[in-house]
Amino acid sequence: MKHSISITVNGEKRSNEVESRLLLVHFLRDVLGLTGTHVGCDTSQCGACTVSLSGQAVKSCTILAVQADGTDVVTIEGIGADGKLHPIQEAFRSHHGLQCGFCTPGMIMAVKQLLERYPDPTPEEIRHQLDGNICRCTGYHGIIKAIEAAADEMGSKPNPRHKQTAAS
Amino acid sequence: MFPASFKYHKPGSLIEAVELLATLGDEAKLLAGGHSLIPALKLRLAQPQHLIDLSGVGDLNQVRVTGNTLIIGATTTHWQVESSPVVRNVLPYLSKVAALIADPQVRNRGTIGGSVVNADPAADYPASILALNAEMVCISRSGQRVVEAADWFQGLMTTAIEESEILSEIRIPLLSSNSVATYLKLPHPASRFAVVGIAAIATLTADGQCADARIGVTGVGSTASRANHVERQLLHQRFDVKRIDHASDAACEGLDIDGDMHFSADDKRQLCRVYVRRALHQLRALAESGSFQPAIGDVV
Repeated sequence: MKHSISITVNGEKRSNEVESRLLLVHFLRDVLGLTGTHVGCDTSQCGACTVSLSGQAVKSCTILAVQADGTDVVTIEGIGADGKLHPIQEAFRSHHGLQCGFCTPGMIMAVKQLLERYPDPTPEEIRHQLDGNICRCTGYHGIIKAIEAAADEMGSKPNPRHKQTAAS
Repeated sequence: MFPASFKYHKPGSLIEAVELLATLGDEAKLLAGGHSLIPALKLRLAQPQHLIDLSGVGDLNQVRVTGNTLIIGATTTHWQVESSPVVRNVLPYLSKVAALIADPQVRNRGTIGGSVVNADPAADYPASILALNAEMVCISRSGQRVVEAADWFQGLMTTAIEESEILSEIRIPLLSSNSVATYLKLPHPASRFAVVGIAAIATLTADGQCADARIGVTGVGSTASRANHVERQLLHQRFDVKRIDHASDAACEGLDIDGDMHFSADDKRQLCRVYVRRALHQLRALAESGSFQPAIGDVV
């Protein structure tokens, strides 16, 4: 049975007929062609499929597209503006926050929520808030450096503690 | 992976949802946050003909305090409990428990009602539901039924809820201002499920006696349960290191502890004893530092 859904994706209203069993991640990737959102574990553990739904980071492999009807979804393709990378993307690039890059889109979407909830996060908050994202390359230290750099860039003034992490 | 086909329904009110469930019977499953159900659908462990999405039932998504009772609607997400100013004020313990469930993305979707009805043997909330003596309010065509925590968890993913019922809210008696509470867990490294999770609440008299002890255990057996033997050994005794250490040795008595793919039953028994002891030591430290629960009636 098909359902008519209408989801605002990266600021653009997208209306489609979908099967009730279609997952949000497949709607984004296969219907809309937004392949920046990845499918990793497919069991809601790894976080590679993280997108923002109504302002919250969610694992799109564990949400039905019909559940997202009427919501606002932002994917990795939608966070930069005016042809420029988002400060979090820029920080991941500058601080070697990725190796193979497979987990990176989900990681960045999770970090976006992290910095919204904790604009000046402690190292413990960063680690706890990244519980839902797994990097198989185990490149976590670079990721943490990148998050602190992004927090500095997006905040009002840089946190002096971040210099120690950056130098380590 | 994707689920088998089903019909999707999104009722706009609790009455409508109850009617749908009554009409569709056991061919229907209720969908709240979906973070247990959708993985089960994808693995085809569950193949219901109908899904009834409760996200349109606004009445189920609320947090309020009535008298000395905190009332949490069934579809309140873990993040809502974690961040709710009301919960943080009247029962900060529960906010901290919610913040330890799974990971931020899962907490944004997973619901307290879903967790309590699904009764996963390694879920976090059940231990606290037991230790807090919460009550579950179930609604069906024939009206409302209230079930006490002690009667709720009946076995592996089995609770007292009937097929025709919808859990509407959870009523939690607030803790007295001479109570200390903690939840201590060993999380599985990938899923963050509790390998063992201990919810411990103690009420202490001014001279350091234990007037009440309630210990909920999750993760080690087929369902959450109370560590009654430990509780009995603590009751009306001085809440000191020696008594705690002695009582904790009884943590596994009366519990049905199973091994799983990660830990043998012996390992789990040892973890259970150690985590009960650590949780009780934490309570003692909290009491010594004066970190008691907010006095009842402070905030409404």
